[in-house]
Amino acid sequence: MLAYVLRRLLIGVVLAVLVTFITYLLLSGSFRDMVSTLLGPDVTAADITRRTHALGYDRPVVVQYVDWLGHAVRGDLGTSLFTSSAVAPTVLSHIVVTMSIVFPALLIAVILSVTLGVWAASRSGAPDRIAQSISLVGHVIPALLTAIVLVVVFAVELKIFPATGFVQFIDSPVGWLRSVTLPVVVLVIAGMASITAQVRGSMIEELSKDYVRTLRTAGLPARSIVLKHALRNAGSPALTVISLEFISLFSHSVIIENVFALPGFGSFAFSSAQNIDVPVIMGVTLVSVVLVTVINLIADVANGYLNPKARLH
Amino acid sequence: MSTTLIPEPDDAQISVVPRRSVWRHLRRDPQAVATAIILIVLFLAGLLSPLISPHDPNAASLDAINLPTGTPGYLLGGDESGRDILSRLLYSFQTATVSALIGASVALAIGVIAGLVGGYFGTAVRSSTEWLFNLIMTFPGLITLIVLLPLTHGDYRWTMLVLGVLMSPGTYRIVRNLVLGVKKELYIDAAKVSGLGDVRILARHVLFAVRGPIIVNTAFLMGSAIAAQSGLAFLGVGAKDVPSFGLMIYSGFNNIYASPLQFVWPCISLGIFTGCLVLFGNSLRDAFSGPRIKRQKPAQGLRLVTSAIPTSVVTATVERDDEPMLAIEDLGISFPGTTGAREVVKGVSLTVDQGEVVGLVGESGSGKTQTAFAVLGVLAPEARVTRGSVRLEGRELVGLSESALRSLRGRVVSYIPQEPMSNLDPSFTVGSQLTERVRHTLRVSRRAARQTVLDLLARVEIPDPPRVFRSYPHQISGGMAQRVLIAGAVACRPRLLIADEPTTALDVTVQAEILDLLRDLQKEFGMAILLVTHNFGVVADICDRIAVMRGGEIVETGVTREVFRAPRHAYTRGLLDAILDEGAPAGGDASTVGAGR
Repeated sequence: MLAYVLRRLLIGVVLAVLVTFITYLLLSGSFRDMVSTLLGPDVTAADITRRTHALGYDRPVVVQYVDWLGHAVRGDLGTSLFTSSAVAPTVLSHIVVTMSIVFPALLIAVILSVTLGVWAASRSGAPDRIAQSISLVGHVIPALLTAIVLVVVFAVELKIFPATGFVQFIDSPVGWLRSVTLPVVVLVIAGMASITAQVRGSMIEELSKDYVRTLRTAGLPARSIVLKHALRNAGSPALTVISLEFISLFSHSVIIENVFALPGFGSFAFSSAQNIDVPVIMGVTLVSVVLVTVINLIADVANGYLNPKARLH
Repeated sequence: MSTTLIPEPDDAQISVVPRRSVWRHLRRDPQAVATAIILIVLFLAGLLSPLISPHDPNAASLDAINLPTGTPGYLLGGDESGRDILSRLLYSFQTATVSALIGASVALAIGVIAGLVGGYFGTAVRSSTEWLFNLIMTFPGLITLIVLLPLTHGDYRWTMLVLGVLMSPGTYRIVRNLVLGVKKELYIDAAKVSGLGDVRILARHVLFAVRGPIIVNTAFLMGSAIAAQSGLAFLGVGAKDVPSFGLMIYSGFNNIYASPLQFVWPCISLGIFTGCLVLFGNSLRDAFSGPRIKRQKPAQGLRLVTSAIPTSVVTATVERDDEPMLAIEDLGISFPGTTGAREVVKGVSLTVDQGEVVGLVGESGSGKTQTAFAVLGVLAPEARVTRGSVRLEGRELVGLSESALRSLRGRVVSYIPQEPMSNLDPSFTVGSQLTERVRHTLRVSRRAARQTVLDLLARVEIPDPPRVFRSYPHQISGGMAQRVLIAGAVACRPRLLIADEPTTALDVTVQAEILDLLRDLQKEFGMAILLVTHNFGVVADICDRIAVMRGGEIVETGVTREVFRAPRHAYTRGLLDAILDEGAPAGGDASTVGAGR
């Protein structure tokens, strides 16, 4: 099991390095544009060249990347070219806001989806129709629309929740809860669609397998067969979807946090990309990739725990 | 918003149905027709927007600022800069259509080609494509589209191209799984043998076979692309002079107090567009997967479809001393089919006395396994008992609830399946599965159960019981797994053992050992066995009596020796002749006798 975890960790690190390198490579064509934006209007090409050289953006891309990576592994993500503030703390302060809606939403979505999916698969009839409807609604209505409708109904019309703004948990736990409730609800609806469909589908498949019938002939109670045996075997494909759903919720959140005017990651990433603020863009990329990699690693480890055959690969 | 980057779980299971029946199915599905018409209208509105828009979508007029809905010339009113909302909406359909086309085509081009290649060629090629798509999946979704803004210069078409790359892993997985399945089909081998090149086989045969799920996937990809483009535009990513739903929702939303209707139009449009794509995709999925039999409630005990239980059955519930171990009378079982219920067991009567070994013989599809399942109460959920009775030591099983049946299973009647590997839960060790069984039926402590299980494993002649106890099913051989299942079945000393082809899936040398073991256990415990098989050799070896089944009916019963010596029914004779011919190509009557499953 330890060897399995280490192998998955190594694969994760390699993928994360590759993704940041590809991003750096793709951005390298815009370095002169960045310097030009930095210097403002009325500068000559020679000025740009000189400044690009001074900042080191005219070195070979691989050298620049290795230099960046060398600092990054030590936790130094440099400073913003435009605001001169350190990149690492700024990026972290924004990702905290986004994750404070993504993680609760993912957790709630997983709990509700697994409950609903298992219920639908083992009962059919009305529970099955409920599960399929919820799944369909989540797929049919874009999260942006759910967000807008919720704001208009609950914040603008009924005034139950604040329409905009983020309250730090430390400042006021109740205020924080009120400020994240609507965004979390939006993400839960979006996240439940795929996870419920997956859990329902793989539970139906598992429950029709031979070993389930054999367990029934052993006189075991339905609860043990469904919750202990079938659910564990249905867990692997569900885990893959849950880890993919993290990326999806992360993506949704950068847009819907804008609806709720939360000082999150999306608008921050957008403004840094508009300025072509390369150190900040790389910081944004790195933090996102590390998050995705960590979630995938957790899913892999959980899968190895659930599924003895997975530990072999 | 990359809503559906993930393939639906059913996608890989869509079977290939003829094209004409897909069309017919779609035409008859009101949801498919309605969504298709709406989508065509929306696509056309988008394509023709430069011709049909009353105004330039970016022309601002001071007179038109926040004009109410219904103003002549400005049907849906004007926005906060005095631009015509209807014109902007029509142009937004164009933006959405182009986004859908670019995003979906890129995802399809990459995903389908890589899926065909990765699925068709060997593991070396597949592991490189897997790596590539694992890499793509590590990119953090929309954040990637945002940070690559310097590269795309905010042009939504370039952004959609990158989105297509990011969406391609979902398509890749669907196609790869389908191709892995199709590759095993005989016609692909035939094409190879007839000398067709790999590219030609992939393009002509494999792609044709997997087209259904790809078409379904396209609808979802388009919906995702439109939702993502709107989301990005809402965030402000992209040029301000390209009208889009996202941009319109943003300005309408910010203007909600001055003019509350403005944000409604683009919201409804976006909702209808993506909603119709997803619903149309669902209709396509249904059409491609063919007629579907309604899912039944699982685990409901043995239900009789007709309420009229024969009087003989009712009186027979009185327990008597001379009751046989198992008495099946006039049992009928039916399955729902596309053309109504189909009876697979048609009035079977059979008795098994205490301690007797009875062979139930017949080719596959003769209904013998369903008869056995009925005794255990584990018929498939859609199966129905149409008539007759099943009595276990005088107790009527037909009509019993699942919980009443459960109390008999494992204790009175037990089961050994045909295929040992698929009948063990792959996620638990052999020891924990057997321990759970023993603890449940004998109500003993964990430690006592563990000792019982180790003794049982030794009893079924497993060489190293502690090692097998710790092993997962995939770590032991098929013969070993069958011994484990036998151990589980006899753990609680059942009085009737139902063995469904217990040796069929095993090597010939192992078969004899398993039969010896069953015989020994039968003698030791004095239990009755109902042995379901297609193999007369097995019957001759172990059975006291046999019953021959064909087409859901019992055609002959008798003492084994006599049936072998003088079979009365022509079908039995055919079956017996078939054993003599085994190995040689079967001919004549014997050709109807399959080799079982």
